[in-house]
Amino acid sequence: MNSEAKLSPERLTHLERLEAESIHIMREVVAEAERPVMLYSVGKDSAVMLHLAKMAFHPSPPPFPLMHVDTTWKFRAMYELRDRAAREAGMELIVHQNPEAREKGINPFDHGSLHTDMWKTEGLKQALTEHGFDAAFGGARRDEEKSRAKERVFSFRTANHRWDPKSQRPELWKLYNARKAKGESMRVFPLSNWTELDIWQYIHLENIEIVPLYYSAKRPTVERDGMILMVDDDRFRFEEGEEVVERSIRFRTLGCYPLTGAVESEAATLPEIIQEMLLTTTSERQGRVIDHDQAASMEKKKQEGYF
Amino acid sequence: MNDIAYKPDDLIAEDIDAYLDQHQHKSLLRFITCGSVDDGKSTLIGRLLYDSKMIFEDQLASLEADSKKVGTQGEEIDFALLVDGLAAEREQGITIDVAYRFFATEKRKFIVADTPGHEQYTRNMVTGASTADLAVILIDARKGVLTQTRRHSYLAHLIGIRNIVLAVNKMDLVDYDEGVFDDIVSDYRDFAAEIGIEDFLAIPLSGLKGDNIASRSDATPWYDGPALLDHLETVGVDYDRLREQPFRMPVQWVNRPNLDFRGFSGTIAGGRIAPGDKVRVAPSGKLSTVERIVTMRGDLDEAVAGQSVTLTFEDEIDCSRGDVIAAADAPPEVADQFEATIVWMDEHAMLPGRPYILKTATNLATATITDEKYQIDVNTMEKAPGKTLELNGIAVCNISIDKPVPFAPYDENPDLGGFILIDRMTNATVGAGMIHFALRRSQNIHWQAIDITREAHAAQKNQKAKLLWFTGLSGSGKSTIANLVEKKLHAMGKHSFLLDGDNVRHGLNRDLGFTDADRVENIRRVGEVARLMTDAGLIVLTAFISPFRAERQMIRKMIPEGEFIEVFVDTPLDVAEARDIKGLYKKARAGELKNFTGIDSPYETPQNAEIRVNTVEMTAEEAAEYIVDQLFGGRGA
Repeated sequence: MNSEAKLSPERLTHLERLEAESIHIMREVVAEAERPVMLYSVGKDSAVMLHLAKMAFHPSPPPFPLMHVDTTWKFRAMYELRDRAAREAGMELIVHQNPEAREKGINPFDHGSLHTDMWKTEGLKQALTEHGFDAAFGGARRDEEKSRAKERVFSFRTANHRWDPKSQRPELWKLYNARKAKGESMRVFPLSNWTELDIWQYIHLENIEIVPLYYSAKRPTVERDGMILMVDDDRFRFEEGEEVVERSIRFRTLGCYPLTGAVESEAATLPEIIQEMLLTTTSERQGRVIDHDQAASMEKKKQEGYF
Repeated sequence: MNDIAYKPDDLIAEDIDAYLDQHQHKSLLRFITCGSVDDGKSTLIGRLLYDSKMIFEDQLASLEADSKKVGTQGEEIDFALLVDGLAAEREQGITIDVAYRFFATEKRKFIVADTPGHEQYTRNMVTGASTADLAVILIDARKGVLTQTRRHSYLAHLIGIRNIVLAVNKMDLVDYDEGVFDDIVSDYRDFAAEIGIEDFLAIPLSGLKGDNIASRSDATPWYDGPALLDHLETVGVDYDRLREQPFRMPVQWVNRPNLDFRGFSGTIAGGRIAPGDKVRVAPSGKLSTVERIVTMRGDLDEAVAGQSVTLTFEDEIDCSRGDVIAAADAPPEVADQFEATIVWMDEHAMLPGRPYILKTATNLATATITDEKYQIDVNTMEKAPGKTLELNGIAVCNISIDKPVPFAPYDENPDLGGFILIDRMTNATVGAGMIHFALRRSQNIHWQAIDITREAHAAQKNQKAKLLWFTGLSGSGKSTIANLVEKKLHAMGKHSFLLDGDNVRHGLNRDLGFTDADRVENIRRVGEVARLMTDAGLIVLTAFISPFRAERQMIRKMIPEGEFIEVFVDTPLDVAEARDIKGLYKKARAGELKNFTGIDSPYETPQNAEIRVNTVEMTAEEAAEYIVDQLFGGRGA
């Protein structure tokens, strides 16, 4: 009885347990991998992952670089935060842009899914190989969609960066098997057990800086195929009859600006964003064109090496 | 179809701050559901997700459409489709193992480990259960306690789950009959007691109709226990128990940003810690006092089991990854031999004597299974002797590792008593184990120090000890060449000894056959004998097929560096078979000889042999000359 009274105030909350688990995973990687890197996409999940990395190794800076696999088509606000966040964390920032995609002028207006394949999928493989990284942290979560529900925390990749379902290892307790042959690598997902609500709640609690585009504001937009796109710079290519309209919008997910749909919203604070997320009833990835492109596309992209 | 619209918590709209505050203080319960689709497992999980409002409009729309198209519930929603998504995966040939789902109620967040299917059941269920606080065992009310119920319960108990819920599902199909329910519970109670389950909660349910899931159902007025969600929201989790244990923290990483700071980072596995507490580092036994508990949010006054922290000490003492920082007056046991239950998870069977990598807490060690005591049939709980362990097999074994590690019995603390086994060649996770206790005998046999060293033995013979390990297919010419090499060594005045595979099997290894397990043991014994002979300063030659890389690697590790010379007698299978000096290939092809290397048992080609001789291009005499030349550079030195 007496012990019950003593215990209850210090019972760990679900966020504290998730936080401890993520920190544990990151430390295991640093202890066992030769050359880890953190993939940083500048989204809200990346922001939480970076924050947890700072916590895991405090007072040291996280002992690995941040890497952004850039497509040159992200929102300007993302580049601004990216550079500042790396500087403030005391971490090296590696920006990789696929030189082949650059040379060929691959862009989201002309090249459809080739844009993602070349800049992101190919770019990521190039960058990992070039730098010899053997473990790459990513911010994917199991609740994002059905095919991710069974994804491992340590996801094993062959020397060609392919994800082979048969070579994935059972994960028991807190025991992660990080061993691999030369050339093979791991993608590690420390946020596996977080949900979208957990991420938002944690950003709110920990006061983590995120790209302002998540908050509602008046922004220049056009509507195309039922999606609201933001005109972020003068490279935006208008289709016939399209005109810029000021709308009060925000983004639930961030990617290449010509491929990322906004939602009309007045939510300008974190509680309002969370409220809106819980009350509106479309699941998160609806806003990203990449998923609509092909059925079961995530599974396929994962096998090819795009997370 | 009436109650279909997504209805968020009223609090979200009315007072988001209050809602966030509530969500922030939720605790976490991880549980596993055990049963097949036939028991309504997917329906139950789907129902839990649905009732806790974790389903979005777009998901609901596709659920409705799918229900009509492929569902099994006519016009009604087929909740199973929410979690299944498995048909597509099967078509794609993707392994279906453990899927994790998330939902939350006002009081708790839940992570459900769902392990579909019957195939690979043991491996998947043990994996999913390893992180679970509770197991929901599903029973179809029409069928009662089945073999699979026993299997699920046994595995849940084996992995140490202390909270068992017996969900008697499909009560709607037996007219909510109290008698049916009581009979099932009574059957189950008898069985549970047999395998050591002390307590469980039985709930009459209908996943389909929603009875006793979110709230008590009017259909079962005779049932006075909690609804499933009520129970899940209030049951105690394992961290509550672990917090009351003596302090233990396996060190993951030493935090050393500069010369002034040296912290030890880890996740607390048991107990609590505060600055000023005396601690002892295992296995070294060194003592110190905790100075600070460092986190980015500021130093803590106290930390408890489950938290990831960084500790600093008042004294500079040795402490690194793999060590366990523990309460000074209650340090953990340290041992290098254990009895443990092992669950095998790989398609290649476990072989006693073969070295594996063992990971426990933050320690990596080389392990061998020294003795398989018995296997346990997961369906009948019967014990039977065994020499190997196949995929999904469970056995109680003695296990020996190459260094002493701090541990706790698994029952007491899973973080310090659970381990995984990793294959040294493929790096796959091949097994999982739970430590029962340390074997004392290792502590009573001490190594006897000897004055005449192995170097002295060799020096007296005016040579350096070596082990020439000839490996190759049957009929490759290993024995012939080794014999010629030894004759040359003898002529050079070298002290040597030839251990021949066939000869050893007449004596030392007469009890061994040709199964994979026996082959491993055969090689291990020969390795030990060869090592003693090199200790005596001899140049030892061995001629064994020794088909497995793992064992050749094991012998290499036993002998001081530079003394192990792997000689690959490289003869293609067709050439060896054409020679067939002993007529063995003919017998093997005729099926009279089982497990014959090259025919129905693999030969793993050496990749980095020190010496390779090709017997197609060289005669035996030339090969022997070449080997001696490689060894002594033609100078006979």
